[in-house]
Amino acid sequence: MSSSTATTTYTPKTRVGKVTDYVDSRVGGSGIVKEFGRKIFPDHWTFMFGEVALYTFVILLISGTWLTFFYDPSMAETHYEGSYLPLRGVEMSVAYASSLDISFDIRGGLFMRQIHHWAALLFAASVAVHMLRVFFTGAFRRPREFNWVVGCVLLILSLAAGFTGYSLPDDLLSGNGLRIIDGVMKAIPVVGTYLSFFLFGGEFPGTMIIGRLYVLHILLIPAVILLLIGIHLFMVVLHKHSQFAGPGRTNTNVVGYPVGPVYAAKAGGFFFIVFGVLAAIAAAFTINPIWNYGPYDPSPVSAGTQPDWYIGWVDGALRLMPGTLGNNFDFEFMIPFPWGVNALSLNVLIPALVPAAIVFTLMFAWPWIEAWVTKDKREHHLLDRPRNAPSRTAIGVAGITFYCVLWAAASSDLIATHFLVSLNDVTYWLRALVFLGPVLAFMVTRRIALALQRKDREIALHGRETGRIVRLPHGEFIEVHEQVDDYKRYKLTSFDSPEVMVPKPDENGRISRLDKVHGRVSRFFFEDRVAPVTPKELAASHGDHHDEIAGAKDRESIASH
Amino acid sequence: MKALSQRRRHPLAALALLLMALLVTGGIYAAASTANEAQAQTTTFTANDVEEGSKLFSANCASCHGMGATGSDAAPSLVGVGAASVDFQVGSGRMPLQMDGPQAQAKPVQFTDEQTRQMAAYVASLGAGPAIPDEEILDASEGDSSNGGELFRVNCAMCHNAAAAGGALTRGKFAPSIDGTSEKHIYEAMVTGPQNMPVFSDANISPEDKQDIIAFLKTIEEQGSPGGADLGSLGPVSEGLFIWVAGLGVIIAFTVWLTSRSS
Repeated sequence: MSSSTATTTYTPKTRVGKVTDYVDSRVGGSGIVKEFGRKIFPDHWTFMFGEVALYTFVILLISGTWLTFFYDPSMAETHYEGSYLPLRGVEMSVAYASSLDISFDIRGGLFMRQIHHWAALLFAASVAVHMLRVFFTGAFRRPREFNWVVGCVLLILSLAAGFTGYSLPDDLLSGNGLRIIDGVMKAIPVVGTYLSFFLFGGEFPGTMIIGRLYVLHILLIPAVILLLIGIHLFMVVLHKHSQFAGPGRTNTNVVGYPVGPVYAAKAGGFFFIVFGVLAAIAAAFTINPIWNYGPYDPSPVSAGTQPDWYIGWVDGALRLMPGTLGNNFDFEFMIPFPWGVNALSLNVLIPALVPAAIVFTLMFAWPWIEAWVTKDKREHHLLDRPRNAPSRTAIGVAGITFYCVLWAAASSDLIATHFLVSLNDVTYWLRALVFLGPVLAFMVTRRIALALQRKDREIALHGRETGRIVRLPHGEFIEVHEQVDDYKRYKLTSFDSPEVMVPKPDENGRISRLDKVHGRVSRFFFEDRVAPVTPKELAASHGDHHDEIAGAKDRESIASH
Repeated sequence: MKALSQRRRHPLAALALLLMALLVTGGIYAAASTANEAQAQTTTFTANDVEEGSKLFSANCASCHGMGATGSDAAPSLVGVGAASVDFQVGSGRMPLQMDGPQAQAKPVQFTDEQTRQMAAYVASLGAGPAIPDEEILDASEGDSSNGGELFRVNCAMCHNAAAAGGALTRGKFAPSIDGTSEKHIYEAMVTGPQNMPVFSDANISPEDKQDIIAFLKTIEEQGSPGGADLGSLGPVSEGLFIWVAGLGVIIAFTVWLTSRSS
């Protein structure tokens, strides 16, 4: 296509060409297409979760816009007159009545509600999996630290979007969820009650909250998410996509297909696949059957009241927290202030805020924590295989374990009824696991990662075990090892393996306290280490291995096992 | 009369007056209200039923509940539990107890309807208690399901779940799913309070309201799930599990397929 400078000399011949040239000479589209159309993206299935998140967000915008046409965020009281018999005549809010109308009296309404809700669950799940991929492959390292932070904010916003939407139907389930939020806010010392009154416009539940959440849900949160998605993708283009190591794939290039035409077609098609999968789920599986729960009323609480999955871990923490320790210590303190006595309710504050504070602080700060440990300030465009960063992988799995134990705790009642165990025992076990689980997960994962590295090393040096046992002329049995090809060997051998950094004294011969701490942390991270295969080792083993039926070296390797 | 007026300033006079007032109001209330009255037997049992029931009881129940159903260390007395209690416990297969545990598990029914009726007759003969409900009050089509739904959410859903799918209680006990439970057993459970369930007497929930609750339960049972497979009606936990396993699983299969023929 022509660029803007060429328009003076280029005259298109066809009608389409003329129209295109007319538009292009005014908006400069060809320059953009030229730049972005040749953007290269590497192929790996794990790189597609960000795309899934983007597409589910688009589906959320489309289905959500449709829902706003029929939803009325009013908490005025009405009597339901729609077609769902078991609720006919029941007093409820207009918001709940309009949600029921969407479900039963508006054509396609139930499908749209269900695809919106399923898409929301998948949106949060794909954001989470996308972040896990970025974490475990080290894609957050320089120069992508800020984009990691933008992603973290997007994760929190997706939780906020989900929670505000969950509350809108004003059914019993979502009202119970709001009641927990109200309780957590009121547990904040001194200002808690004021905050709660501010949010709810008076005493819970009041008549304001649905309208306020609606504005946040359809206006503010999606707008900020869109803005941050723009920044996120801009930075992806700016940094170029990272890739796994391989022959010809270096830190300074990107090997893959260009956006136009291959990736545009693939990504466009993938959008429709995601849309199709969600539509099939929404058509066949019910989600949030609000007609079961009934209108919100502060007095009843149903068994099996849980939040959507992404808030589950906070609910789980609240369930695990003991009300008292022994018979006397009840985590509740009365603090005298000049204006009176304020309660400090730690049995609510600790589970509601501490796990989230730990997880989110570590998540936001991780790129800088790791850079401080490794003292690695280089740019990284090649991804780590998780096994090649054993300590990072182990910390990640420990974090997942911590999260999953809390997550499981949110379904402690269903674990009890479905596995026929005592609810109390489930709670006791999970209380222990929330502390011990991450430690165990860390140790086990690091061992597994190191073992996999050792296996890689063996394969790179001696090849794959074929399972073919051969008897040599003098009667000895050996197993034939088959050498892997060069591509495979490249992947097995080309990775960084940081070593322990011993603190060095400065010019005065002193070692600062921070350096000592750094030395200890570095030893913790990198003391257990499997060195990558050096070219020298490779050459040494290579010489022996050209015959398929290997000789002395194979026998050695068998003997050494 | 003089003696009474002389003692009107006695320190205990106020207490005596209060006691008298309480006795009078309580007595009038008990006499006027039929709500707390032990229901007279509406289903008629013959003397033969009672006798056969007594034999069945001695053979199958007395080892725990004692001869004469007076109870033992292992099981409570059944005097005054009423025919409804026997009909529910035996008719739903919970009794005879299969094994000791946090609560009696429902299992295949061990006795014929006739035998259950005879045992109910025997236990009812021991003392007044809730009777087996009449057919008319069990007719779900006569009930108001939306009133029943409200009553169910306020009184039952905290243990049985809003969709009657059941829920956990402490130490291995649980509130079972009510899906598929007969009208009679639902009613009997409400009036007798089996296992950990509280008794909902007629003063608490009137027979008509109980009929409404049954109408609600039968309506949601028969209508099925309007939005597709209900995933056990267990709420967000099964929904979350489904999207992570099935939803994300299918998406991952597609991502692997899309990138399988690449550079």
